[in-house]
Amino acid sequence: MSSAAAKSSPGAGAAAPAKRETFSTRRLFILSAIGSAVGLGNIWRFPYIAYDNGGGAFLIPYLVALLTAGIPLLFLDYAVGHKFRGSAPLAYRRLHRVAEPLGWWQVLVCFVIAAYYAVIIAWSLMYTLFSFTEAWGDDAEGYFFGSFLRVAEAPGIGFSYVPSVFFPLLLVWIAVIVIMVAGIRKGISRANSILLPLLVVMFVLLVVQSLFLPGAAEGLNAFFTPDWSALADPSVWAAAYGHIFFSLSVGYGIMVTYSSYLKRRTDLTGSGMVVAFANSGFEILAGIGVFAALGFMAQAAGAGVNDVVTQGIGLAFVAFPTIVSQAPFGAVMGVLFFGSLVFAGVTSLISVLEVIVAAVQDKLGWGRIKASLVVSGLVAAVSLALFPTATGLYLLDTSDAFVNSFGITLGALVTVMVLAWFLRKLPLLSAHLNHISTIKMRRTWMVLVAGVVPLALIYMVSSEFISKISTTYEGYPEWFVGLFGWGMAGALVVLALVLTFIPWSRTSKAHHDPEYQSMMDEEEEETAR
Amino acid sequence: MTPIAITMMIIAILTVGGGLALALLNLKRHPEDEGALPEEHAPEL
Repeated sequence: MSSAAAKSSPGAGAAAPAKRETFSTRRLFILSAIGSAVGLGNIWRFPYIAYDNGGGAFLIPYLVALLTAGIPLLFLDYAVGHKFRGSAPLAYRRLHRVAEPLGWWQVLVCFVIAAYYAVIIAWSLMYTLFSFTEAWGDDAEGYFFGSFLRVAEAPGIGFSYVPSVFFPLLLVWIAVIVIMVAGIRKGISRANSILLPLLVVMFVLLVVQSLFLPGAAEGLNAFFTPDWSALADPSVWAAAYGHIFFSLSVGYGIMVTYSSYLKRRTDLTGSGMVVAFANSGFEILAGIGVFAALGFMAQAAGAGVNDVVTQGIGLAFVAFPTIVSQAPFGAVMGVLFFGSLVFAGVTSLISVLEVIVAAVQDKLGWGRIKASLVVSGLVAAVSLALFPTATGLYLLDTSDAFVNSFGITLGALVTVMVLAWFLRKLPLLSAHLNHISTIKMRRTWMVLVAGVVPLALIYMVSSEFISKISTTYEGYPEWFVGLFGWGMAGALVVLALVLTFIPWSRTSKAHHDPEYQSMMDEEEEETAR
Repeated sequence: MTPIAITMMIIAILTVGGGLALALLNLKRHPEDEGALPEEHAPEL
């Protein structure tokens, strides 16, 4: 858009929009991006995925996936957000009008994720306290599903609230809303600059403690012993690509939003490399800590590591409490583990919420405080209404499975295809990255984004589709999966189109953004020279 | 631990840690342009 177009734009006569917030330094951006990428999945998903897909040999597909898909897609998000300086919908709209629904789709995916992600943080918060008393006694599984969550016998829509989940969840939302209202510098940057170093220190202490437990060596043997035959199995490579996509927080608006808060001349690719490798470093650390602890658990039970290994909720809220009960200084271990989950969860949750807050700010021309309060309050209300109930776990499980497969993965596939093949914007984005960054992304990057990334995503989406269509998810009732699984995933696409057709406010940055306009003018001048 | 497990652990740590060290070294060699830092807080704060 030229400056002449800006002058004649409908919002030109309106009051100047608020200046876009920025990360005050590159270091704070990197910390925040790492805080977003390092989440619950790093701690409770990666160790199992690696173990289940070749152990030490998994390192090879993992690194290949990181270098050929994860990092290229991360840079694609950075390029879109930084060049077009907006929330996901605004950035994609500025890239091309037809791309705007992609941004709204990502916003809606973030809405769903934020609503249930906070619940897991609330559980972790309670388990941090439970570590002192070992509230689960001798039956961690029975305690978690029965006494703590009071899970209903069958999936359904219920409003039988569980106070031991509701109130910690309320506390989590209050803390997160305070961070969101404070903005990028005083809220998100500050929270990450405190919580991320704390998370690393706590997790390193946890790993050290785990390594000194009897049986730790057996756990590490199970984790690192390579099964080279796994490299010939395509599903192992698919698992590596699948994990990398989820691990790096790419493809659903977070990195587009965060990079839009960077100042104009920032080394995008240099910063991104630090983010990607720091995230992977944390995953390796988590693998060591988790498997050392599982080795101890197996020895204490007189079983093999393969008998006790698990992931996700089972690892965090069943296996780890058992380990805490049996290990020397178990309370310390519990506080370190569940505290790490809380900190990793909060830094990721605020990044997910920021995608929605930024979009609402841009669309309606609202200030930070109003947008943060309304958006976070709405997500919190949905979260508090649906999840701290006896049927909340079924809802969480279903929405997580479907939003990952048909929100994040399918959304990333459509985005990459539209940008690379339909709109052919990769040369423009490559030029932007190379103009300001130290590590250049040229033809190889474009080939990876346009070729390798879509192929990996097509494989993932189609295998997920086949698996979910062939049997009803987890044996839940068909109406339940239809409504909260398929229905929710489909509704996100429809709603994204609806939001696209709702006109942007006259005071929004889509109509009048002098900051962006002057940046575009400068770029045009530089290109003309 | 078995020798092969130790070897793979060291390779994993060195590969990922080396990548991180190189990325940090690259950033150190290209310090932030202080002149381009924002001068004031965003007005809405």
